[in-house]
Amino acid sequence: MSLTAPLAFPPEQLAEVHRLQALYPDRRAALLPVLHMAQDAFGYISLEVEEYVAGLFDMTPAHVHEVVTFYTMFFQRPKGRHVVAICHNLSCHLAGAPRILTHLKERLGVEVGETTDDGRVTLLSVECLCACEHAPMMQVDDRYEFDLTPARVDRILEGLR
Amino acid sequence: MTGERTLTRNFHRPDAHTLAAYRGTGGYTAWEKAQTMEPAAITEEVKKSNLRGLGGAGFPTGMKWSFIPKNHTGPVYLVINADEGEPGTFKDRYLLERDPHALIEGMLIAARAIRSAVGFVYIRGEYVEPWRRFSAAAREATDAGYLGRGFDVVVHRGAGAYICGEETGLISSLEGRKGWPKLKPPFPAIKGAFGAPTIVNNVETICHLPHIINRGAGWFASLGTKTQGGTRMYSVSGRVKRPGVYEASVAITLRQVIYDLAEGVTGNGRLKAVVPGGSSAAILRADEIDVTMDVDGLKNAGTMAGSAGVIVMDETVSIPEALMVVARFYAHESCGQCTPCRESTGWIYKITERIVEGRGRKEDLDTVLDVARRGAGTTICAFYDGAVGPYISYIEKFRDEFEALIPK
Repeated sequence: MSLTAPLAFPPEQLAEVHRLQALYPDRRAALLPVLHMAQDAFGYISLEVEEYVAGLFDMTPAHVHEVVTFYTMFFQRPKGRHVVAICHNLSCHLAGAPRILTHLKERLGVEVGETTDDGRVTLLSVECLCACEHAPMMQVDDRYEFDLTPARVDRILEGLR
Repeated sequence: MTGERTLTRNFHRPDAHTLAAYRGTGGYTAWEKAQTMEPAAITEEVKKSNLRGLGGAGFPTGMKWSFIPKNHTGPVYLVINADEGEPGTFKDRYLLERDPHALIEGMLIAARAIRSAVGFVYIRGEYVEPWRRFSAAAREATDAGYLGRGFDVVVHRGAGAYICGEETGLISSLEGRKGWPKLKPPFPAIKGAFGAPTIVNNVETICHLPHIINRGAGWFASLGTKTQGGTRMYSVSGRVKRPGVYEASVAITLRQVIYDLAEGVTGNGRLKAVVPGGSSAAILRADEIDVTMDVDGLKNAGTMAGSAGVIVMDETVSIPEALMVVARFYAHESCGQCTPCRESTGWIYKITERIVEGRGRKEDLDTVLDVARRGAGTTICAFYDGAVGPYISYIEKFRDEFEALIPK
């Protein structure tokens, strides 16, 4: 979405916002689900998105900002078309996650937290994703990728366009 | 050796997550039976079963339910903690993906016991596939008339924060705020989500309920020890031949988990240490594994059953490096509300990091132990106490290894 486009959900998504708000005894409880929707729709949660979402809930933008900055899954800056998040907690560490992370950095030419120049991939290193039986593992967008080796990582990266 | 399996009995079936498969294997018959029981009788049965919470704290489930005020007339909420995040734990992911109807049936039973008309299932944000699977099952259950007739389920996604697995942090997050834990009392059973009496139960805990109702409290209690009934799901990872999730009695030993269920140690084949209950549990040495895995057995061994996430380390693993990784986790996940936790977790991570990098100072180990001991028990929630378990035990039990890295 370009920066000049009006920042608002289309009608059907607005209806979804209202449906979500009605599910809870207090409509403000729908904030996290609506922020997930906003990130999907607008790419990331900018200050402008925070203000827009705050308006949907009659909240202050400061409250929304406090929530957005608390959780790891909300991006406050543009991210790549794909997010690759390797787990660096204990079981993955024991299974060689540091070696896989080094491989990812080399292949992508970025450090942790950075996005490739072509906007294809943002690389993250994250805490336990709770799939330790398949360590080392990582999350690629919505999917978990298991039992990583450098060769397997290469095949996965190859599939990201 | 491992005995009866109930929670995981259908995991091998590719269609286990569907209503048809669940009903075909006796699913929802416990709910039929529970509807003929008085709510108080359900609670009594669960008390007698010795079911204890399997998310980490190990609190007796029936007793927790009985804290709901008897004369309360307003709404009561059932909240399912599916914010699985304890390092080394992955059991609830399996239940959500492979047997979501067991959770729904268990929720129906629990909701009847506590007289709740709405249940919230709080699933960690990263669990996208489990969220889809569970949501689909909830739609099936609604279409089949199990849900929507006196009890509704709302599926709620988190957004990445370990602290939301703490029950009052989870409630804050569910209410649309940052996941800051709340001071207790009041306990959630008195004043929880949206100000109403609320019971927060772990996924696995709830999935046991259909079996307890169908087969009786006596049967369930007999599977475990005197103070804890049943089986539970062990998540086994690290340096073992067969990492995975295994259901077995709470009365089996840690040795059996490592050598029988997971078929022994890899690396150099010799066990050095093991974390028995997720990363917040104190570490055990190789000579400390002849303990039963129940809540009291591991408590008596100076550690905790926690989430039953078993992380195995062979002799080639560096314990200081392992502590650094664990300390990084607690530093990152501290919610920042309480000063002792916010400050100590950050500084202890920095200290462990410099020790591993060969820049440690001779006073560092005693500083960590001192800071850990002073902060324990001073914070709003149990998060910092969970960090103190590894800080103290890794250093006390493997002090030589740390000292060897510190320049003389």
